[in-house]
Amino acid sequence: MVGHKCVNGVWRLGSATRFSWYLLARSGASFRRLQLTLDEIYFTGVLSLIIIIVSGLFVGLVLGLQGYETLKRYGSAEALGALVALALVRELGPVVAALLFASRAGSAITAKIGIMKSTEQLSAMEMMAVDPFARVMGPIFWGGVFSMPLLAAIFSAMGVFGGYLIGVVVIGVDSGAFWSQMQANVDLREDVLNGVIKSVVFGVAVTLIALFEGYDAPGTAEGVSYAVTRTVVTSALAILALDFILTSFMFTGV
Amino acid sequence: MRAPLPILPVAADTLVEIEDVEFSYDVRPILKGIRMRFPRGKVVAIMGGSGSGKTTILRLIGGQLKPTKGRITVAGDDVHKLGHAQLFRLRRKMGMLFQFGALFTDYSTFENVAFPLREHTALPESIIRDLVLMKLNAVGLRGAADLKPAELSGGMARRVALARAIALDPMLIMYDEPFTGLDPISLGVIANLIRRLTDALGATSILVTHDVEGSFKIVDYVYFVSAGRIVAEGTPEEMRASREPYVHQFIHGESDGPVPFHYPAPAIAQDLGLERHT
Repeated sequence: MVGHKCVNGVWRLGSATRFSWYLLARSGASFRRLQLTLDEIYFTGVLSLIIIIVSGLFVGLVLGLQGYETLKRYGSAEALGALVALALVRELGPVVAALLFASRAGSAITAKIGIMKSTEQLSAMEMMAVDPFARVMGPIFWGGVFSMPLLAAIFSAMGVFGGYLIGVVVIGVDSGAFWSQMQANVDLREDVLNGVIKSVVFGVAVTLIALFEGYDAPGTAEGVSYAVTRTVVTSALAILALDFILTSFMFTGV
Repeated sequence: MRAPLPILPVAADTLVEIEDVEFSYDVRPILKGIRMRFPRGKVVAIMGGSGSGKTTILRLIGGQLKPTKGRITVAGDDVHKLGHAQLFRLRRKMGMLFQFGALFTDYSTFENVAFPLREHTALPESIIRDLVLMKLNAVGLRGAADLKPAELSGGMARRVALARAIALDPMLIMYDEPFTGLDPISLGVIANLIRRLTDALGATSILVTHDVEGSFKIVDYVYFVSAGRIVAEGTPEEMRASREPYVHQFIHGESDGPVPFHYPAPAIAQDLGLERHT
């Protein structure tokens, strides 16, 4: 029983890897026919905007409130800007945006591919001498990889705005101190760039998982719904595990 | 007087040839020693019950599956020896109608039919438009060009899929259960279209079906497949007169015969505990 599960897991990992290589090898069309990728950026990116903007704002509001309460005890409430910005750019922006992306766009991708497979649309495409990897899945992959860092950046920007609203407008922290502390303490390469790298890695992971789960789903309604659940769960675990690994390489405290 | 044309070898009038093909999923055998010939310009049916391996034959011809043994040639090409690019070139000359149409749900009827043209030709938009409307007209659905697949009935969806399958004027058209779930009127419409389009395009059609009435009116030849083997073949008239028990049971829809009504099970008395098992 345990052995069977292990062998199954390794088998799936193998087919997921082969799937990824195949996808990358046939990605040419995603760039030659840019319109295909742009359509998918709309499908994965633009349609995720609302949830990203609203969540970013609320996370920023909470950060501002909690951060102020804590910093005030040490008499350094004006460091609020730096705290909010660092927390968002380094961690919360990429991670929470990726989790939201997995549940909004990842599940939609799995459902789309799973349904296309179960209704033989992918088969039909193959029989029309059109490779579904090049025509459908490649553009979705690159659209997702391109959207993810932008969504994370928008999430962080909205969060900073939320922190500003609570800290400066509502509580009354000095506006100049809020922004100047932020500017002085957030490093472009150390903090912002590392955050962008994280979100790109998460984007790759989430879209690959979503595409593979959809493609691998059994061709029944039950199979597709189960695959959507797997996408969200596996993506969340992958995001958090990858985040720990990346963080331990990036912010070594030196 | 002109000299008589040289007699062509048999292969020339045969578009698709299946030679001793065997196929199995993992270890479960699906097809055992299948031999079939599909002459150019004919409509040939492959009939048999559900799970008899009929659809598998279409997927083998289209190169989506690989036989474990044997050879399939289409227009002289051994399908399973072709590289990826060559196989795709061959598929441009094939059209396939899937069981429920398999239309792209995101696209309108028009865009579905335009899809193969856009993918494989560099024709200007005005010509694509004319071609698509002509194909839709051939299946009687020019007026439905702007509808989405979700707005079409089952029979209409299959006609649109048929228009899409013939968009590139294929030499071979394959139909996977085209009559499933259709009312008698739609069924007759599809059956007539299959015959008419095959003749008009000079194409060859392979029809996988279990519908006796709908298909016998339009096909030239029938293969009966049961449990992965060909059990009978011939013209529809020959099949109607056939004494082969399976064919007889199939054509007349009898519930018992070579295909038993009961799934294999121990004797009922024993299962109900009426009889002591020693």
